[in-house]
Amino acid sequence: MEKYLLKLTVNGQEYEVYINPKTLLVEVIRDYLGFTGTKRGCETVSCGACTVTVNGKSVKSCSILAMQVDGMEIVTSEGLEKNGKLSPIQKAFLDHGAFQCGFCTSGMLMSATAFLDELNGRIPKKHEIKEAIEGNLCRCTGYNSIVRAIEAVAQGEYKEERQ
Amino acid sequence: MIHDFHYLKPDSLKTALAMYAEHEDCKVICGGQSLLIVMRQGMVAPEYLLDIKHIHELSYISFDNQKGLRIGATTTHREIEQSPLIQEKYPVLAAMENKLASIQTRNWGTIGGNLAHADPAGDPAPVLIALKASIKVGSIKGERVMPLDEFFVDYFETAMEHGELILEVQVPPPAPKTGVAYQKFNLLDSDMGIVAVAASVTLDRDGKCKDTRVVLGNAGPTPLRMKNIESLLIGKKLNEKLFEEAGKISSTESQPVADIHASEEHRRHLLGVLTRRMLKQACDIAQKG
Repeated sequence: MEKYLLKLTVNGQEYEVYINPKTLLVEVIRDYLGFTGTKRGCETVSCGACTVTVNGKSVKSCSILAMQVDGMEIVTSEGLEKNGKLSPIQKAFLDHGAFQCGFCTSGMLMSATAFLDELNGRIPKKHEIKEAIEGNLCRCTGYNSIVRAIEAVAQGEYKEERQ
Repeated sequence: MIHDFHYLKPDSLKTALAMYAEHEDCKVICGGQSLLIVMRQGMVAPEYLLDIKHIHELSYISFDNQKGLRIGATTTHREIEQSPLIQEKYPVLAAMENKLASIQTRNWGTIGGNLAHADPAGDPAPVLIALKASIKVGSIKGERVMPLDEFFVDYFETAMEHGELILEVQVPPPAPKTGVAYQKFNLLDSDMGIVAVAASVTLDRDGKCKDTRVVLGNAGPTPLRMKNIESLLIGKKLNEKLFEEAGKISSTESQPVADIHASEEHRRHLLGVLTRRMLKQACDIAQKG
C-alpha cells in the first residue's frame, strides 16, 4: 500500500510523517510521535481516553483518520505544560485529587481545556461542566473531584498559575 | 482491523464528484464518526476512500425568510448546535444536536455524514422530517432535491445512487402557530435513543390541528413517518384522548427490533408514551406561537 505524506503540528512542533492512509490519529500521536499521554481505550468513540484538541476543538483521536488533520494543530496532554509549569487545569486536578487510576486523565484534561478556552472567562454553571466531560468515561467513577477541579479553574482560582 | 484503501482527498466539490464517478468501489468519508467504526469491524472495506471533510464550500448555515434554512453537508453537529440562528428559529434542532453523542463527536461529525450513514437510530432525521426538510444530492450528472422522508430506503441504505453526494439540507421557514418537539429514550444522555419520537403540530385560527407529523426513530429500518396519525389528527381539536390514540398507532404500527438494550414490547410501549408526550408538547408550543 502506498504511503502518504502527512504534515501536522503537535504540541507546537511541526512534524512530517509517511503513513498508510488507514492510520488513525491516535496511532500517529502515540506510535509515530511518541506522545503516549493520549490513551487508546474503547476505540469506538465512546470512552474519550484518546481525546486531543484539533485546532482548539476536542475530538476523539481513535476515530479520525490521521490524514484528515493534515496541516492542523493538535495538542495532547503533554502540550499543556509550558516552560516546566503545569497548566491551571493540571494543577487543579492535582490539588483536587481528580484521578484514581489515571487512565482517563489525559482525555479529561483535554476536554476540560477545550471547554475552559471556549468559556473565555465566563463562569459556567455546574451542569455545563458535567456536559463538557460527558464524552469522557472515568471507570473509577471519580467524576465529582474532576468537576470540582474544572469548576475551580473556571472560577479563576488558578489565575496566577501561569506567571 | 481496517482494510487497506486508496485515499482520495479532492480539493473542491467538482473534483470530488468527478473522483466519485470514476471509482466503482468507493466509499465517502466525512467526519467518519460512524464509518470508521464499521470499517474497523471489517463490515465496510472499500477499495477507495473519498474524503470530503475539508470541502469548505459545503460548510455553511444560512437562512432566508422565503426559502428557510440551508445547512451544507459538511457542517458539523456542533456548528448547528451553537448557531444563534438555529437556536432562535429552530430551537428543537439545536436541542437535538445538544444531545447527539458527545462534544468530541459533535466537533468532528457532520450532518451530511450522519444522514448518509442512515442509521435508523440517528437523531437528526426524525427531527428534520418533522420540520419537513428536504435533501439536495448531486453527482457529475446534476443535482436533485427530495423530501427527507423519501431519502431513507432501508437499514443504512439511502435513495442516493453511486456517484451522488449529499450537498445540503433544506428546511422550510418556521410556520406560524407551529410547535415541534423531540425526545429520545436512553439511559445515558449522550447515547443513541433506544427509541425516539419527533412531533410537529400546526394549529389553524380556530385552534384545530391544521398539520402534524410524527416521526419515530430507531423503530424500524428507517425513520418512520406515521401517516395514520396525521389523518387521525388533522382537522380536529386536539385533546388528551387523541394523543392517547396516536400513541397506540405508534405502538402498533412501528417495527422495533429487540436487542440488548430493550425488548420489542418495551420499545412499543415507549413509542406510545413518547408519541403522546411529544404531541402534547408540540401542541402547547403551537398554542403559544
